Amino acid sequence: MFGKRLLQRSVMAAAVVVGLAATSEAVLAQGEPVKIGELNSYGRFAAFAVPYRNGMQLAQDEINAKGGVLKGRKMEIVFRDDGSTPGDAVRVAEELLTREKVAFLAGTFLSNVGLAVADFANQKKTLFLATEPLTDAITMAQGNKYTYRVRPSTFMQTKMLVEAVKAKGIKKWAIVAPNYEYGQSAAANFKKLIKIATPDAEIVGEQFPALGKIDAGATVAALENMKPQGIFNVLFGADLTVFVREGNTRGLFEKRTVASLLTGEPEYILPLGEETPQGWIVTGYPWEEIADPAHKAFVAAYRAKYNDTPRLGSLLGYVVGYMMKDLLDKAGSTDTDKLLAALNDLKVNTIAGPVTMRALDHQSTLGAWVGETTIKDKKGTMKNWKYEDGAKYVFPEAEVKAARKQ
Amino acid sequence: MPDLSFLLLQTLNGLASASSLFIIAAGLTIVFGVTRIVNFAHGSFYMLGAYFAVTLIPRLFDIDRSFPIFFAGVLLAALGVGLIGVLMELVLLRRIYRVPELFQLLATFGVVLAVEDLVLKIWGPLDILGPRAPGLRHAVEILGHRFPAYELFMIAMGPLVLGLLWLLMHKTRFGVLVRAATQDREMVGALGVNQALLFTGTLFLGAFLAGLGGALQTPKLAANPHMDISIIAEAFVVTVVGGMGSVPGAFLAALIIGQLQAFGILIFPKITLVLVFLLMALVLVLRPWGLLGRPEAGHGRVVLPEGILGLKPFGPAERILTGGLALILVLLPWVGDSYLTKVVIEVLCFALAAFSLNFLIGNGGLVSFGHAAYFGLGAYGAGLLVTRLGVPMEPALLATPVIAGLGAALFGFFVVRLSGIYLAMLTLAFAQITYAVAFQWVEVTGGDNGVVGVWPSRWAASREVYYYIVLLVSAAAILVLRRSIYAPFGYTLRGARDSVVRADAIGIDVRTHRWVAFTVAGAAAGLAGGLFAFAKGSIDPTLISIPMSIDFLVMILVGGIQTVLGPLIGAAFFHSIKDFFMPLTFYWRLLLGLAIIAIVLVFPRGIVGGFESVKARVSRAGARQGGERAGA
Repeated sequence: MFGKRLLQRSVMAAAVVVGLAATSEAVLAQGEPVKIGELNSYGRFAAFAVPYRNGMQLAQDEINAKGGVLKGRKMEIVFRDDGSTPGDAVRVAEELLTREKVAFLAGTFLSNVGLAVADFANQKKTLFLATEPLTDAITMAQGNKYTYRVRPSTFMQTKMLVEAVKAKGIKKWAIVAPNYEYGQSAAANFKKLIKIATPDAEIVGEQFPALGKIDAGATVAALENMKPQGIFNVLFGADLTVFVREGNTRGLFEKRTVASLLTGEPEYILPLGEETPQGWIVTGYPWEEIADPAHKAFVAAYRAKYNDTPRLGSLLGYVVGYMMKDLLDKAGSTDTDKLLAALNDLKVNTIAGPVTMRALDHQSTLGAWVGETTIKDKKGTMKNWKYEDGAKYVFPEAEVKAARKQ
Repeated sequence: MPDLSFLLLQTLNGLASASSLFIIAAGLTIVFGVTRIVNFAHGSFYMLGAYFAVTLIPRLFDIDRSFPIFFAGVLLAALGVGLIGVLMELVLLRRIYRVPELFQLLATFGVVLAVEDLVLKIWGPLDILGPRAPGLRHAVEILGHRFPAYELFMIAMGPLVLGLLWLLMHKTRFGVLVRAATQDREMVGALGVNQALLFTGTLFLGAFLAGLGGALQTPKLAANPHMDISIIAEAFVVTVVGGMGSVPGAFLAALIIGQLQAFGILIFPKITLVLVFLLMALVLVLRPWGLLGRPEAGHGRVVLPEGILGLKPFGPAERILTGGLALILVLLPWVGDSYLTKVVIEVLCFALAAFSLNFLIGNGGLVSFGHAAYFGLGAYGAGLLVTRLGVPMEPALLATPVIAGLGAALFGFFVVRLSGIYLAMLTLAFAQITYAVAFQWVEVTGGDNGVVGVWPSRWAASREVYYYIVLLVSAAAILVLRRSIYAPFGYTLRGARDSVVRADAIGIDVRTHRWVAFTVAGAAAGLAGGLFAFAKGSIDPTLISIPMSIDFLVMILVGGIQTVLGPLIGAAFFHSIKDFFMPLTFYWRLLLGLAIIAIVLVFPRGIVGGFESVKARVSRAGARQGGERAGA
């Protein structure tokens, strides 16, 4: 009974697999769409990754409506969940390369996933456009010939915040950061940079709650007990909301300067609602206030298509979509060597501003918006912001040369 | 020098988190006590409680924005979750009470995966911040520090729930039955108590408490789709440290953990990852039944064995199947594309790891929840030798079983002193400690970014050559393990599994045998990990994490722990359907969860177990026919 049914089912499954394989075996001829493999954590980190996919899809539709890429070929982005672990991601990347025959890879969210895919790309000699992972390692110590990163790194965003608070001359800082690579390296960068900006600054204490498991009461009390003048916060997501609530009730943020990474991004500031703390210095994305016409058109198109407001992920996806088009058109081919040559010092006019992909460290000069948190219509947003061009904050050449083993 | 008022404040902080922990863990411990189910879905219940509360309470506030309305909303949310618990019992668990207890764990894990994606689908990915409790929004001034009034309320809630549970357990018939079933389930059944009803009631209570815990959190934290994972491990730690099935024990454990967390972070800010697991390991080494737990009722008694029963030599059907499979594996690089070869390489690594796990569970009766520790030790051993010390692949691979075996011998020394769920939880604690070391010792292990560049030697770099290496090595290791299952060593382990007392009485040194088995299984898992690392090109802490350990468990359960070859089929099946679902949809976890639930219901003894029972039925029918003919 079971045996027979099982047999039927496995025959069916096998037929499906063979069928899929056969269709993707089709040789990529001129006029065939140019396939790009995009892997990201659409399930587990959907708050970021779904708007990201939406933004990229919007860009793809616009590009194809206007004649596509490489003189009339359609651009087809194949989206895949990366499983949020390096193990799954590397297998998915392989599937995209061998079965979908994509021209190159893009995406990933978590840093460890990004690094594993970067090494895989290096091994396979395939271009990998790491769009989202923030870790410095991906362009520095573990940078490789085939991997390029789009978003401003942990170092760059920390440096933007340090510049923004420098004038306040705060001496006693406390740090709170999630206990994993992103938090640790943001904390380390902050310590290094604040000493340069304010030579007599001192770090009076640090807290490293486990990611997603902050014991907020105890952490806030511990921070308060350090009696800092300023707090550098790296918490985000669920940890941030509970930290803010607890800190607001206990008055942790009163008469203190708080510099906070990523908090101004809609992904993280929207859930805070009316309880958004005011006057934090943050990096983020004040999408509704950006007056640039190209950006306004993007917002209108996004809202019309998805009936939702754009997140930072949407912006990034959209920017990367057009970056891919410019890359393909400049390379004139999907050949990896030509793509790499085209990507080095590629200049793209994005809706955020002009962006260059540095050949030196494979880091794009896409910037971030730095400003103060505030509340408007019961929603958290940013004021007094300005767009900081990433070019001013990238690693200096000497440091890059020391870190990257060429 | 911290002043006294701060120390008091931190104590209060610890008490508040202890209360939340206790309410959640109490439900888990009651459910385990009565049904013996290791309910992974408890964390999902907690998450649902929070989501129900943030959906419900703002609507109730339209009536009146007051504390009683808030509290009514919390209770309603908890009630809703309780009903979902009943649903799970009726639809899923009730059908599988007669199969090995471990299999029910698999069912609850399927529920976890499905709920995770359903929550995303229903409530969306953005965190939802619930309203604060009216009347408790403010802070109270305590010795010059501001302390949230809601936290004071939470501090009171813990003892209140404990008191109510005590009344329920001692003053109602239901409570008396729950306590009786916790002590001796068979006896309660023999006395004619309606077990089905008792189980349904218990699941309701457990889910209600989890939902209550989740709903009470909403004035503090935003409902988010990661809540289930973030709480479940800690809830297990509390129940185990307190003693499984003991409500006062859970309370005591929660108090200790709350204080440890509050003060631990002052001294070691980075200890957050591992603190509770260190405590659990320490408690279990010193007190094998937890603080207030009692030896399991079944301890020392002959219980129905769960695992490999009689060994049969291969019949013709098995020979043909195995032979055919072996032929396909050998020819694979010629018939499949390079991606298929890659997937099969991974399947082979997992198959070896799963086989070694079932060597412990199905053969030795030692349920390990932390088998990924040894898989990870092997992978890290190989990866670090290659990348940090420049050792070539061949000696690095040879070193993996040694490294993992040493780790398993060290941990196993303590593990084999325990039994049952406590043993399982100690393996989990050791795995988490290993994980924390890999995660936190950034200079050597690369932290959570791990280490990349773990590629095979030049001659083995091609996909096909490496495939044959993996095939050869894993097949050899599996054959060695299989041989020892059929050898006197295997019989001894199974004897000890079925009755420690009798095995002891005939002069078997049970503990040493188990220790050796644990070490051997760890070494084999390490070899699998080493092979896997070279296939992936990188190592990172997810290889040691709890989800990895659970994957191995799922593989052997799906395949069938009562069969020798089940784990291999299970590994192949689990990895293939994951690989099949992932490109189809971003909601692949939902499909995977539903597939697991379907397997539990259709093949309650695993795929190979199902095959065996069909075969047995066929041969019985054949024998009956033959008998009739003989009689006629």
